[in-house]
Amino acid sequence: MSNWIDIAALDEIPQRGARMVKTALGCVAVFRTGADEVFALDNACPHKAGPLAEGIVHGKSVTCPLHNWIISLETGEAQGQDEGRVATYPARIENGRVLLDRAFLRARVAA
Amino acid sequence: MTQKLVVIGAGMASGRVLEHLFDAGADYDVTLFNAEARGNYNRIMLSPVLSGDKTYDDIVTHDADWYAEHGVTCRFGEHVTEIDRDAKTVTGQNGTVPYDKLLIATGSAPFIIPVQGKDLPGVITYRDLDDTNAMIDAAARGGKAVVIGGGLLGLEAAAGLVERGMDVTVLHLMGHLMERQLDESAGFLLRRDLHDKGVKVICQASTAAILGDTHVEGVMLEDNTGLEADLVVMAVGIRPETRLATDAGLSVARGVEVNAQMQTSDPDILAVGECVEFDGHLFGLVAPLYDQAKVVARTLLDEPAAFVVKELSTKLKVTGCDLFSAGDFADGEGREDIVFRDPMRGVYRRLVVEDDILVGAVMYGDTADSSWYFGLIRDKTDISEMRDTLIFGPAYQGGTPLDPLAAVAALPRDAEICGCNGICKGQIEDAIAGGATDLGTVRATTKASGSCGTCTGLVEQVLAVTLGDDFVVPAAASICGCTDMTHEDVRRMIKSQKLTSMPAVWQECGWKTSCGCHVCRPALNFYLLADWPLEYQDDPQSRFINERKHANIQKDGTFSVVPRMWGGITTPDELRAIADAADKYMVPTVKVTGGQRIDLLGVKSEDLPDIWADLNAAGMVSGHAYSKGLRTVKTCVGTDHCRFGTQDSTGLGIKLEKELWGSWTPHKLKLAVSGCPRNCAEATCKDIGVVCVDSGYQVSIGGAAGMDVKETELLVQVPTEQDAINVIKAVTQLYRENAKYLDRIYKWMGKVGLDWIKKRIVDDLDERAALVDRFELSQSIYRKDPWAEHSSQKADSYRPLANLSLEAAE
Repeated sequence: MSNWIDIAALDEIPQRGARMVKTALGCVAVFRTGADEVFALDNACPHKAGPLAEGIVHGKSVTCPLHNWIISLETGEAQGQDEGRVATYPARIENGRVLLDRAFLRARVAA
Repeated sequence: MTQKLVVIGAGMASGRVLEHLFDAGADYDVTLFNAEARGNYNRIMLSPVLSGDKTYDDIVTHDADWYAEHGVTCRFGEHVTEIDRDAKTVTGQNGTVPYDKLLIATGSAPFIIPVQGKDLPGVITYRDLDDTNAMIDAAARGGKAVVIGGGLLGLEAAAGLVERGMDVTVLHLMGHLMERQLDESAGFLLRRDLHDKGVKVICQASTAAILGDTHVEGVMLEDNTGLEADLVVMAVGIRPETRLATDAGLSVARGVEVNAQMQTSDPDILAVGECVEFDGHLFGLVAPLYDQAKVVARTLLDEPAAFVVKELSTKLKVTGCDLFSAGDFADGEGREDIVFRDPMRGVYRRLVVEDDILVGAVMYGDTADSSWYFGLIRDKTDISEMRDTLIFGPAYQGGTPLDPLAAVAALPRDAEICGCNGICKGQIEDAIAGGATDLGTVRATTKASGSCGTCTGLVEQVLAVTLGDDFVVPAAASICGCTDMTHEDVRRMIKSQKLTSMPAVWQECGWKTSCGCHVCRPALNFYLLADWPLEYQDDPQSRFINERKHANIQKDGTFSVVPRMWGGITTPDELRAIADAADKYMVPTVKVTGGQRIDLLGVKSEDLPDIWADLNAAGMVSGHAYSKGLRTVKTCVGTDHCRFGTQDSTGLGIKLEKELWGSWTPHKLKLAVSGCPRNCAEATCKDIGVVCVDSGYQVSIGGAAGMDVKETELLVQVPTEQDAINVIKAVTQLYRENAKYLDRIYKWMGKVGLDWIKKRIVDDLDERAALVDRFELSQSIYRKDPWAEHSSQKADSYRPLANLSLEAAE
């Protein structure tokens, strides 16, 4: 069985935006940057679990909609003075489709 | 023994193969088929032919003498109908020839978008000399041309047609031109330069139909915009021409599949050029085709050779539009951007670095150093030593990094500092010697940095160099870390330089990041839509979630829904619909708000489109309780019921709300209308308040009851309801046009002063009317219900992209 799961067409995620993917163990946010890169992170800010998928995406970061923590899409680390990290998962684009590594379905410990 | 080589297609790739073969003295008897009635010519040069800079004769690469000299049997103007691999023959319209080796070089076919009218006379593609001649003929008759496709080919066609005197509009499906080669910023500059050359560009333009009876007459877009056209050029893309290969049973994916020796699945049949697919790649630019041609020739000579895919670079052949792109310039993990912008010269340069290696470059305006950068990309040079000065090009490598102050100190007195006003360093030094000690006085005495403001930093550096320690560079409150400019500077630029898109602002104001951040993007989005309501399209991705999803996010990620109750008036039917919706969507909390309406709290994102549709069905619309825009108009019951009421305050409140709803403002905008000075609607702590009196309406502004508590100040008393409505529209528009994003009216008023506002709205009735007109123009776009639009058109975006709850982990 392939390790990559076909999630959706890239076009279904707006540029500089995100969509949410539901799993049995919580939600994952799939981000698309202005340069058409995709990143997958737990959809919960390390601060107060704000839904990162609803944040403003800029460069390779997202700003949490609740209290403006800025999270790196690459590392999941909170930027600047804030400290914390969310889990990240491998994601890629192939033929205009967004693929996530099956590993993201495994048990995730809430950060 | 002499072998027979048959070549199908006389394009640039096969021409090059034959040159290599004959140069190597190969013993081949060659038959060359070409569907076009001519031999090899340089297709890249069709654009100069179209623009009139070159003729066909200039671009012929192989003439009749050359073919004769090398014994090539030319079968030009003849279509090949069949390849028989068992018999090893190729059949053309005029007969069959045998082959020992066959080379397929059928190139590519233009992609034709399948719309009505695509076959009308006057609709042409842009691939070969016949197309080019057809365009030249059409241009000779003058009139209007529409080019569909804003890629390399489409833009070259457009520029050529403009040169030949046509009125040209380019339609491009994507958000910016040449999106595969350029990023948004470079795309913006390209669009601006093309515009200056007379090429109109419409992006995000989806062609719905080509109109006309016997000849093309126009193009209709999906949004029902109609464009007149005497000529339509389709340049949306190409696809490999693979029909012969497919019919012959060769392995074909998107293109004819070849190995590194350029052999197809049949080792006696080779393929080259745009019809080929190698390792998942297709090829459209000439450099790899020439590499392939070398390999083909060596394979035919039985010499070892292998084709490898190399980095490519792109240049556009349009005079006055210097652009270059190479490598991979997408943002990515571990990648860093180095961005340089020079707004005055229209220069943009972006380098993408990964692990100390340059992996991509986009340049616009000044491409003189492009080959140096391309070399760094191709050779994967370690750039860690020169990273600090890499962006400035090869001239700045080596030596110590420049101290900006030392550089300013070294400038001669006649060096121009302020380009807008032509102010030289010497004039600024004289002003300083004459007593100017800060930016404000320099600006007042010399005008330097007083126009576009981009030289502000430079003027400050001249002050610092001249005054030494006496001058402290003020920490200007810039919008955010993406720019050194203030809100006021940026607004001035947006208006004076007619910047109508976000990439335009980033470029012209020298943004230091590729696409802004959560602080500047919402501000820019507001400024652009407020100043250019028709030209600018609202960008939801630059809005805070509440405004993007038209609901207020709560701490648990759910949303609140507040339907509008005009002037605070509701009906039993509306209340029933609200109650039904609360039941149906299991709304945990129903609350009455301070703005006289009802808040449904705790609605899940995915339920939003449905609850809105239900509320819409009962006649209700969004209350914009989430927006930096008009919130509520609170009213008392006025003369309808109250024994003290002097005017119909409820009626005026409803009218105001119906006129103002949907408008975006720098911060939230709350209104109230009280029917008498007892002021039950608390109008004197609102952004705009009306207190009715016997003799008319007192309009006061600048109140607040939030972090700061402020009482309004009287703007004007007017005699009629219509006057009151116009004054309120005018002051709202003045606030929209001038205030800093996130300043409520009282903060804005604190900066400009009530007198400044009065001068424009009370004393100058023409200005008042003009403001009302501009407000109405904006409202013609924005006075609509976002709930109805989102629940009917964007409902999917509120739901999960995928639900894998039932998917097993392994």
